[in-house]
Amino acid sequence: MTVLNVNGKQHEVDADPRTPLLYVLRNDLALNAAKFGCGLGQCGACTVLVDHNPVFSCVTPIAALEGRYIRTVEDLGSTDKPGPVQRAFIEEQAAQCGYCIPGMMMRAQALLEKNAAPSDAQIREAMAPNLCRCGTQMRILRAVHRAAKLMTVELNEPREVKG
Amino acid sequence: MLGRTLLGLAIALILAFGAFFAWQWRGELAPTSTSAHAFDPGIVTKGAQLAAIGECAVCHTRAGGKSFAGGFPVQTPFGVVYGTNITPDRDTGIGAWSEEAFRRAMREGVARDGTHLYPAFPYDHFTKLTDGDISALYAFLMTRAPVAQANRQPQLDFPLNFRIFAAGWQLLFLTKGPYRNDPSQNATWNRGAYLVEGVGHCGACHTPRNALGAERPKEAFGGGVSEGWDAPALNASSPAPVPWTADQLTAYLKTGFADQHGIASGPMHPVVANLAKASDADVRAIATYVASFIGPRNAADRQRQTEASLAFAKQRAVSVSDLARTTTGVAPADDRSAGGVLFAGACANCHRSGGGLPASRPIALALSTPVNSSDPTNLLRIIADGIHPAPGKSGPIMPGFSGALTDPQIVALADYVRAHYSRGQAWPNIAATLAAIRSNPTPAMEAP
Amino acid sequence: MNAPLTSPTRRMFLATGGALVVSFALRPTASYAQGAKPPQPKLPGSLGKAPYLDAWIGIGGDGTVTVFTGKAELGQGIKTALLQCAAEELDVDLKTVTIVTADTERTVNEGYTAGSHSMQDSGTAILNAAAQVRGILIELAATRLNLPAEQLQARTGAVIANDGRSVAYKDLVTGEALHRVASAQSPLKNVKDFKIIGTPMHRVDIPGKVTGAPMYVQDMRPEGMLHARVVRPPNYGAELVAVDIASVEKLPGVIKVVRDGSFLAVAAQGEFQAIEAMNMLASIAQWRKVAQLPDQGTIHQFLTRLPSQDQVIANKGDPSQQGAHLLRASYTRPYLSHGSIGPSCALALMKGDKLTVWTHSQGVYPLRNSLADMLHMKPEQVHCIQVEGSGCYGHNAADDAAADAALIARAVPGRPIRVQWMREQEHGWEPFGSAMISNVSGAIDDQGRIVAWNYEVWSNTHSTRPGGPAGNLLAAQYLAQPFQPPEPKEIPMPEGGGDRNAIPIYTIPNERVVDHFIPQMPLRVSALRALGAYLNIFAIESFMDELAEAAKADPVDFRLKHLDDPRARDVVTKAAREFGWNKDKLPRGQGRGFAFARYKNLAAYCAIAVEVSVERETGVVRLGRVVAAVDSGQAVNPDGIRNQIEGAIVQSASWTLYEAVTFDRNEVTSVDWSRYPILRFPQAPESIAVHVIDRPGEKFLGTGEAGQGPAAAAIANAIADATGARLRDLPLSADRIKQAIGV
Repeated sequence: MTVLNVNGKQHEVDADPRTPLLYVLRNDLALNAAKFGCGLGQCGACTVLVDHNPVFSCVTPIAALEGRYIRTVEDLGSTDKPGPVQRAFIEEQAAQCGYCIPGMMMRAQALLEKNAAPSDAQIREAMAPNLCRCGTQMRILRAVHRAAKLMTVELNEPREVKG
Repeated sequence: MLGRTLLGLAIALILAFGAFFAWQWRGELAPTSTSAHAFDPGIVTKGAQLAAIGECAVCHTRAGGKSFAGGFPVQTPFGVVYGTNITPDRDTGIGAWSEEAFRRAMREGVARDGTHLYPAFPYDHFTKLTDGDISALYAFLMTRAPVAQANRQPQLDFPLNFRIFAAGWQLLFLTKGPYRNDPSQNATWNRGAYLVEGVGHCGACHTPRNALGAERPKEAFGGGVSEGWDAPALNASSPAPVPWTADQLTAYLKTGFADQHGIASGPMHPVVANLAKASDADVRAIATYVASFIGPRNAADRQRQTEASLAFAKQRAVSVSDLARTTTGVAPADDRSAGGVLFAGACANCHRSGGGLPASRPIALALSTPVNSSDPTNLLRIIADGIHPAPGKSGPIMPGFSGALTDPQIVALADYVRAHYSRGQAWPNIAATLAAIRSNPTPAMEAP
Repeated sequence: MNAPLTSPTRRMFLATGGALVVSFALRPTASYAQGAKPPQPKLPGSLGKAPYLDAWIGIGGDGTVTVFTGKAELGQGIKTALLQCAAEELDVDLKTVTIVTADTERTVNEGYTAGSHSMQDSGTAILNAAAQVRGILIELAATRLNLPAEQLQARTGAVIANDGRSVAYKDLVTGEALHRVASAQSPLKNVKDFKIIGTPMHRVDIPGKVTGAPMYVQDMRPEGMLHARVVRPPNYGAELVAVDIASVEKLPGVIKVVRDGSFLAVAAQGEFQAIEAMNMLASIAQWRKVAQLPDQGTIHQFLTRLPSQDQVIANKGDPSQQGAHLLRASYTRPYLSHGSIGPSCALALMKGDKLTVWTHSQGVYPLRNSLADMLHMKPEQVHCIQVEGSGCYGHNAADDAAADAALIARAVPGRPIRVQWMREQEHGWEPFGSAMISNVSGAIDDQGRIVAWNYEVWSNTHSTRPGGPAGNLLAAQYLAQPFQPPEPKEIPMPEGGGDRNAIPIYTIPNERVVDHFIPQMPLRVSALRALGAYLNIFAIESFMDELAEAAKADPVDFRLKHLDDPRARDVVTKAAREFGWNKDKLPRGQGRGFAFARYKNLAAYCAIAVEVSVERETGVVRLGRVVAAVDSGQAVNPDGIRNQIEGAIVQSASWTLYEAVTFDRNEVTSVDWSRYPILRFPQAPESIAVHVIDRPGEKFLGTGEAGQGPAAAAIANAIADATGARLRDLPLSADRIKQAIGV
C-alpha cells in the first residue's frame, strides 16, 4: 500500500510500487489530464508536478513518491473556476487536438512558479521536453506569457468568453 | 655575512627575474593590412577536418552563440578562462592576425600582441601540428563568418590573473615543436598518434594534471576531469569492463555508440558530433592509436577480461522474465532494497534486455564505463540530467531524474546500480559526489 | 467518395475557344453519354447522402438543439464550426446546441473525415438543413398563430410575430415534424446578417481539455473494463511459431492471453500488469521472420523500378517546347510518420452477437464494414462510435487499434476491452506517408513566361483505409486465416492521391503531367495529411523559384504573371504585402522564401512567406517570421482557420527540416522520438501571422491541409536565398544543407 498526496488529498493506492505514477493517476485515481504519450520520458504528455518540479510521470514509480507533493492539471482549477494557466490557454485558444496540453500546462506552471516573467527564449527552453505534433507551439507560447500576467495581476473584471 | 648573502640572493633573484622577463617577452606581430584572403579550397577543407578533430568550435562558441565567436567558459582548477573570438573579425577576433601570428599562438601560446595565453588553450598539444596543418587551420578560420563579439577576461584566482604566470608555465612545461613519427609503428598508428597528441588534444581531459595544472607526462591518459565530468583513464587503467578494441573505438567516435560500451555522454557528446565530420580514415587512425595502449596489454588478459565481462553482463541483464516472475516484480529477486524498486520502476523499462519492443537501444549497464569507474560522478550526472540529442537530430534520449527522484533516492539508485552491475567496490562517497555536482551544475554540452 | 476506376473517364474536359479549360466534377455522377436519366437537382453537401432533415437536426422537448454530423472532431475544431453553422441558420444561442459526431447508430454516413472535406460536405449540409428547419418552424408557427409566414421571424429559439406573439421552437416541434426530405434550395440568411458565422467563437471542446474532463477515448473507464496490449511481430510478415501462453496467464492480473495465428494479445485487470504481461510474451514468443526491406539510401530508385500504372492527367498543347531556357529538376521525399502524440487506442465490448467499438477512427462506417468482415458478422451487428483521440493527421493506427480491441473482445466477451498501442508500435506499424519522387522540366521564353511544363510523379498509394474487406486492418493480416490486403487503387482526380496537386495551377500553354502509381508497397503506407500535395507543391513551388531565377524575375511577380484566378492573386499579394516582401539585400546567411498553392486546385488558397537564417558552420536553419494569407471561402470561424494554418506551417516545417522514417533491411528502425525527432519549442518559428481573407457567401473551401505544401516550398526557397544552395531532397536536414554550402 502506497500513500500518495495528489492535489492535496491523501490516497491509499494498492498497486505494485514499481508502477509508474501515470497509470496510478489515470486508473486508480481516475484523473484524466496526464496522458500516455510514449512511456519513455521523451514526449512530456505525462508531465505532472512533484514537489514543484516538472516530472515525467510515465517513468516515475510510485515507490519514489510517498510523502511528496504531487499536482496535476486538475489542481489548477475547474471549468467553472479555471485557474490562471487554464484561463490563459482558453483565452489564447491554445489547443488543436489538445492531447499534449495538460503536460504543457504543468510544465508552464512549474516555470512560472520559479520565474514570474520569463522571456520567450526562456519559455521555449523550459518547454522543450514537451512535444506538440499539431503545431500549436505559437499559441502555447502566447498562453504562457498570458498566464504569467494573469498570475501576477489579479483581473477584477471577469473576461468575456465568447461561445 | 648574512647581509651580503641576502644581498647576493636578492641581486640573483632580480637578475633571474629580469632574465626571465626578458626571455618571456614577446613582441607584437604587425596586423595584416587587409582582411581579404584567397585560400585554396582544398586547404580550407583540410583545415575544416582538422578543426573538427580539434573541436575548436566547442571551446570557442558559447551556448546559443555564433560559431567560433568565443565566450565559452572553460573550467580550470584556478578559475574560468573564456574561449576567445577566433572568427576573422578584425577588431574582436583574429581577422588582423597574420599566419605567422597564428602559428606562434598554436606553437608557443603567444597572441599576436605578445600576450601569453593561458594553457586552458592547449597549445602544449597544438604545438605538435605540422606547419602545413597549421596553415590549413589558419585558412579555415580566416574563411569563417566574422562576428563582432568582444572577448571576456578570464576570472582566475589571484595572482594567476597576471599573464606572466602563463609565461612561467610555458617555461616549465611547454615542449615546442611538431610531432615526430615513431618508426617502429605503422602509418595508421602514427597518424593516430599525431592527431591524438596534436590537434585532438585528448590528453587535455584524459591525463591527470599536477598542482600547476600541467599534464603529468608519466601518467599520460591516466584520467582527468572535464566540465565537471570524469574523463576516464584511456591507458592500462581503463575502467571499461570490456577492453576497448580499435573497432569499438571507431564505432564510438564516429557514431557515439559502441555496443560493448555504451553511448557518448557529457563532454564526449560534442566531441563525437564533431568527429562525425572527420574522415573515416582519421577516426580509424585515432582509434588504432588509442587501442594500442588502452586496457590490459597482454592479449590473453584482454581475452579473459572480455569474456568474463560479457558473461557477467549477460547474467546481470534485466530480463523481462526476471521482472515478471518475482512476486513484487523487483529485479532481481534477491534485491528488496529501495534502489532496486526504483530501478525496476524507473529504469528497467528501457534498460532491460529481451522483450519484443525495440526500445531505444538499451545499454547493458554492466558494460558501461560510468557504472564501472571508481568515480560515481558520470553516472550521477547521467541519472540527474539525462541525455539529450542535438535539436532536430536523431540520438538517444534519456530523461533526467532530478526532481522526479530526490537526491537520497538518486544516491540509493546509483548504489544499487553499482552493486548490481559492477564487480567493483561499492562507492563510498555517492552522496558527497552528488552534493558536489549540485554545487557545480554544468550547462548541457550541445554539439555546435 | 472516390469514383471507381472502372468508370470510363476520370475527368470531364471542356474545350472553350483556343484554350483547353478543364472542368471538374466534385463527386462522380453518371454521365449523359452513358444513357443514364437526368440527375435530380443536387442537394447541398452531404444532404445528398441523407436527405431527411431530422438526420441532421433535432429539437428536444427542453429546447436544446442537437446537430448530427457524420464527421469526427480530430482537433481541427470541426464541432465548433458546425455548431456555428447550425446556430446561425437556426437562429439559436450557441449554448443551447450540442453536437453528436460520427456514430453508426446515430449519425449519417459521411465516409471519412478526411481530405479537408468536412466543411464542404457536412458544413454545407448542416447549414442548409438548419435553414430549412428554420423555414419549417416558421411554417408551423404560421399555422399555429394563423398568420402569414411573412409576418413571422425566427429569433433566438422562438418564432416571433410582428404583433408580438411568439412560440418557442420546442413547442412547435412535435412528432415527425422534422422528418422531411430536404429541398435543393434553402432560405439561407443574408451573409450580412451573420452574427455567429464569421466570428472567432471559442472552441467548445477546449475548456474540458484544459481541466481534465474525460475528452478522449483514452479516458474511457466503463465498469468492468480490462486493459489489453498486443504483441506485434518483430517485423512485417513475421509468423508466430511458438509461445508459452500458460506461463503468462499465471502472471498477476492477467485474465487471458489471446492468440489467433500470429495475432497475440493479452488482457489484464490493471494497465501496468497488461504491459508487463505484454513484455513477457514478447520475450518468450518465437517468430519466423521473413521480410526483407529495400535499402533506405536508394529507396527512390527502387520504387521507380517497380511496376507502375501510368496515367496522363494533364495534356495540353506541345509540351516538348524548349523555349529560351529549359530547366530540369527532380524532387524527393522520404516516408513520413503521422507521429500522433497519443498512440492509438480503442475500446470494444462484445455482448451476445453485438459488438460495440469506441474508436478515434476517421471513418466509423467504413471501419464497421471491415470489422464485420473480419469477425464474420453482419455490419448491423457492429456499432462504431467515434470518440476523440490525439491528432491523427490522416490514416494512422486508429482503425488497427479498433480491430485489435474487437478481436480481444470476441475472446473475452462481456467485458469492455481497452487496447492501448505503445509508442514503438505506433511508430513502427502505422501506415506511413509514401516516399515519392517527381521529375519536372520547364521552359521559359525570352519574355520570362513559362511556355512548357512537364511533370511526372512516382508514388505508392495514399490510401489503404479500411472500407469493405478486412484486409487493410493490420491484425486481420496476421490471423490464422489471414485477410489479404486489397489491391490498392489510385484515388481519381480531381482529388488525386500521389498526384494530388500535381497539375500546376499556373497558366501554362503547353503542359503534360503524368502520374505513376506504384501498387507494390515495401513499407506500409496510407493517407498522411495533404497526401501527394505536400511533395508536389514542394516540387512545383521550388521549381517556380528556379524558373523565376532563370527569368531574372522576382518570385512573387513571377507567380502573379502566371496566375489568372483573382482569388489566387489576392492571397499571393496579401501574403507578400503583409510580410513586407521586397528585394532588399539581407545580411549574410539570411533569406526569404515564398510559395503559393490552392489545395487540390479546388479547395482553400494559401500563400506563405518565410524568413530564415542558416548557420553556416552547421547548416542549422532558424525559422524567423512566417506570414500566411488564406482564402477558405466563407470563413465560419476565422480563428479556427488561423489555428489550422499555423499548425500546418509548424508541422510542415518539422517534416521539411527534420523528418524521415528510417529502416534497415529487416525492419523499421525509427520506433520512438529519439530516432524520429520532430520540431521542439526552441525550433518553432519566431512568429507566425495568418491573414484570413473572408469571402462571405462563397462556398466553404477545405483548409486543414492547405498549408503543408506551401510551407515546405517557402522554407526551401528561403534556404536557397540564404545560402545559394538549392536543395530538392526532403528533409532539408542540417547535414544536407551544410554539405551543399560546403566548407
